[in-house]
Amino acid sequence: MRTSLPIAVAFISGLVLVVAFFFRDDSLIGSLRQEFIVWLTIIGGFTLLLGVVSIVRVSWTAVKRRKEGWFYKILTLLGVFAMAIPAVLPVSWSPLFGRSDGTIYDWLFNYMQSPMMSTMFATLAFYIASAAHRAFRARSAEATILLITACAIMLWRIPMGEAMLNMIPGDLPSWLNTYVMGGANMAVQRGIIIGAALGAASMSLRIILGIERMYMGKG
Amino acid sequence: MIKTTRTTLNYLTGILTTIIFVFPEVIRAQSEEVAEIVTDSLFRVDRINALIFVVVFCSAILLYTKWAKAGKPLFLRKIPGLDAVEEAVGRATEMGRPVLFIPGIAELDEIETIAGVSILGRVAKITAQYDTPLMVPVRYPLVLAAGQEVVEQAYIEAGKQDSYDKDSVRYVAGEQFSFTATVNGYMMRERPATNIYMGAFFAESLLLAETGNAAGSIQIAGTARPEQLPFFIAACDYTLMGEELYAASAYLSREPIMTGGLKGQDFVKMLIIVAIIIGVLLATFDVGEWYIHLFEEV
Repeated sequence: MRTSLPIAVAFISGLVLVVAFFFRDDSLIGSLRQEFIVWLTIIGGFTLLLGVVSIVRVSWTAVKRRKEGWFYKILTLLGVFAMAIPAVLPVSWSPLFGRSDGTIYDWLFNYMQSPMMSTMFATLAFYIASAAHRAFRARSAEATILLITACAIMLWRIPMGEAMLNMIPGDLPSWLNTYVMGGANMAVQRGIIIGAALGAASMSLRIILGIERMYMGKG
Repeated sequence: MIKTTRTTLNYLTGILTTIIFVFPEVIRAQSEEVAEIVTDSLFRVDRINALIFVVVFCSAILLYTKWAKAGKPLFLRKIPGLDAVEEAVGRATEMGRPVLFIPGIAELDEIETIAGVSILGRVAKITAQYDTPLMVPVRYPLVLAAGQEVVEQAYIEAGKQDSYDKDSVRYVAGEQFSFTATVNGYMMRERPATNIYMGAFFAESLLLAETGNAAGSIQIAGTARPEQLPFFIAACDYTLMGEELYAASAYLSREPIMTGGLKGQDFVKMLIIVAIIIGVLLATFDVGEWYIHLFEEV
């Protein structure tokens, strides 16, 4: 029962979604598909509690056992509750509660969480530089071609670089656009996308038919 | 010899004449009929070409799966990234350090995440056998529930239920870069010997992979997102590209019933290659307009 019921649910859900693709949304099966999507959202909402329980348990255990960096776990717990509690308390109690403009949640999000996430994203530039430094070493003929092409593409992507490339006779920017980006690059990308799409479809079929069961821990 | 060649040429001429002159007329006539039906039918007649593809695809996979079940030997090319998984876990065991597995940062309704969770099950079986600590940070509670189930089952099957730590799969943050910051911090503090990234990744792919590289971990990545692949290739030791991610679970399982699906997929890929070659030829001779319509919504 523990195996056959989830497989039956996966089979029926998968089949409905595949068949619904070939019917209009106002048909019976089309509306069933919409219904399934709503169910998924509702289940997702309920599981949010699992996430909160997990983060609280892991952090609290670390604090209790005085594990290395336990102090930061207290900050994590404070962060979780400082964001969540004022956001779910009724607005009628105080204008600082809820999630609209000017609330505690809004303030914490705009002035703490958002800048911190932006900072993380901004560090990507440094990571790209270090990865590019390692990847673009001219160790072989192929690596040298990659290095020259990458430098030309990077130059072409910035206005000043494009202006510089335009000074070279033979319309190099247009050549890069047509043959490198629209030719070689696009062909490879499409090859990967077609392969990935077939792989995804094949895996979906294996799941629908109950051949692939590892995602349920049965394999 | 000459007779055979002439007969073959006659056949080819007949086929080409049919493709170039007869098919377009049939398609045009059908399109006009279809346009009338589309407006008042609940069935999406405009998606009939997709339905044909689905039928062919499913038939190929089921046929190859049946052959595989019957014991017909099927060749699978080697995927070095997957062959390296056991070796990488062994390295972590020797060094006494944990294995970090990230099943992507997308929700469980993404097929890439399901593929990641399936591979997690295979990896967890190996870590259970070697008694190597496993750490799986996740971004969505649904992935947490699936991940915990899969890892627990892997430990039970390996007979190491006592070694299973429920918090080895843990929810760390719901936001993309909060998740990345947590995982990067873990990498620098705990220095896992092996990092495995399998699933859907976005802008954080390089942040994670470069940090893992700086921490000296052996890294195996797999994603179906072409735009993230260069980052993983630059920063990881092994990278599974596109379809290899979906093939990973079947490849690691080595079960004939699973590998049959992969062969069916390869067969359909061959059909697509043939379709592309025909399209290129027809477009080169400027007679392929009707052929393009076969692959569009009518």
